[in-house]
Amino acid sequence: MTVHVEFNNISHSYITDSGEPLQVLDDVSFSIDKGEFVAVLGPSGCGKSTLLRLLTGLFQPTIGEVSIYGNTVIEPQDGIGIVFQKPTLLPWLNVVDNVLFPIRHKHGWVSRESREQALALLKMAGLEDFSKHMPDQLSGGMQQRVGIVRALLLEPEILIMDEPFSALDALSREEMGFELLSLWHKKPKTVLFITHSISEAVLLADKVLVLSSRPARIAETITIDMPRPRNTESIHHPNFNQYTQAIRELIYQPA
Amino acid sequence: MTTLFWLRLRQKIMPVLCLLMLLPLWELICWGFAIPDFVLPSPSAIGKAFVNVSAERWLGHLSATLSIAISGFLLSLIISIPLAMLMVRFEFFSKTLYPLLIVIQSTPVIAIAPMLIVMFGAGFAPRLTITTLITFFPLVISATTGMRSTPPELIELSKSLKAPRYKEILQIRLPYAVPHIFNGMKIAITLSIIGAVVAEFVSAERGLGYFVQFSMSFFEIPQAFAALIFLSLTSLVLFRAISLLQSWLFAWSLPKT
Repeated sequence: MTVHVEFNNISHSYITDSGEPLQVLDDVSFSIDKGEFVAVLGPSGCGKSTLLRLLTGLFQPTIGEVSIYGNTVIEPQDGIGIVFQKPTLLPWLNVVDNVLFPIRHKHGWVSRESREQALALLKMAGLEDFSKHMPDQLSGGMQQRVGIVRALLLEPEILIMDEPFSALDALSREEMGFELLSLWHKKPKTVLFITHSISEAVLLADKVLVLSSRPARIAETITIDMPRPRNTESIHHPNFNQYTQAIRELIYQPA
Repeated sequence: MTTLFWLRLRQKIMPVLCLLMLLPLWELICWGFAIPDFVLPSPSAIGKAFVNVSAERWLGHLSATLSIAISGFLLSLIISIPLAMLMVRFEFFSKTLYPLLIVIQSTPVIAIAPMLIVMFGAGFAPRLTITTLITFFPLVISATTGMRSTPPELIELSKSLKAPRYKEILQIRLPYAVPHIFNGMKIAITLSIIGAVVAEFVSAERGLGYFVQFSMSFFEIPQAFAALIFLSLTSLVLFRAISLLQSWLFAWSLPKT
């Protein structure tokens, strides 16, 4: 396995409105292999999102460096797809135009191939009948699926997801998780997935990073040894409870 | 289906019906207390005065007022949207211009109207300036507020795609501001009629505002009232036109019921 993404001794501080520095990350190091699915778990406000945004290259860490294939990330990169917590679709565009928006925004025009590719991806996500619908005609889960397809269209090697299913109800949340896995099997990507659901992290990921509360350090890295493809049955796998239990203890232990 | 239709119709008709029911009451009060026309004209007197003025004369006054109101409104729109874009794009612009805009807005336009007449003479220019000044503020504010309320994730998306900033403004922020801008336009269009009337009060020889003043100075109070009602109706129609324009061009921006 080749190492795809590396976080080397990352520490990061923000300057708050009152002028005080606020440290959110403290000496965080880890690496992600190519095609690996890594979930990051941690208490809310611990700096998970900061970690993810460092990979987009929108800003640099105070100390340390993030690298992709050994090259330090100093500006936004091609080949990274982002899925946000909220779908954040553009309400004036229909589904297929929303999916094509990043291409139009970046290049100013959309080729016939891109359009066909968008429709193929929508079909893969079970949205082929909704390509002409407006976002407000879709349910929250469907909107988020469109958000994922939008991130996949530019054929990114890396997919970063910031609590993508946290705005959904419990049932669609589980369903979406498995749908994401099936997309991931069809189009393998390196995934960095932020969540605050323990079972979601264990079900989806190859590796779970458990962060401590702010300033976040890596409390534990847990490799999830469960067979793929995973589905609803995976919950009954003997290892599943063992992992969730171990993570729960890590998170709730006194600091 | 049919019950829904009646429900909708009733919702539309009720306010009109309510107004119509007030008219006999008004008439009765004027008649019962023998209120003279120059204090409060009765609806029938106003109606009579309205009919007494020829349609041609009404239309002449109406077109004079409308041309000032609408050209002032359009000029405001043409200036305010690009200005709002600059203010959102460059922090510097916003920091410098915002206080200035508030100063302009705090200055009563009615008070500076006579000065503008002295500056620009008695033609179209001062009237246009007055209407533009009065309609400008809600448009700039609504456009900047709208553009600033764009979800930060989309701005992040734009930055991660390394798109130039002007595209961020034009393709993300500006469309996001459309519902806000239309709210501003609804306020501005009614203000534009007020601006036109203020301008006509100060200096004009045509227009509905001028006609109100003209009628008052000749003690033709019912006629002044007729002109006033005509003005309100014009304002209502313009307001409705903006709503229709929004549902026609930007149906997605309407609030969901």
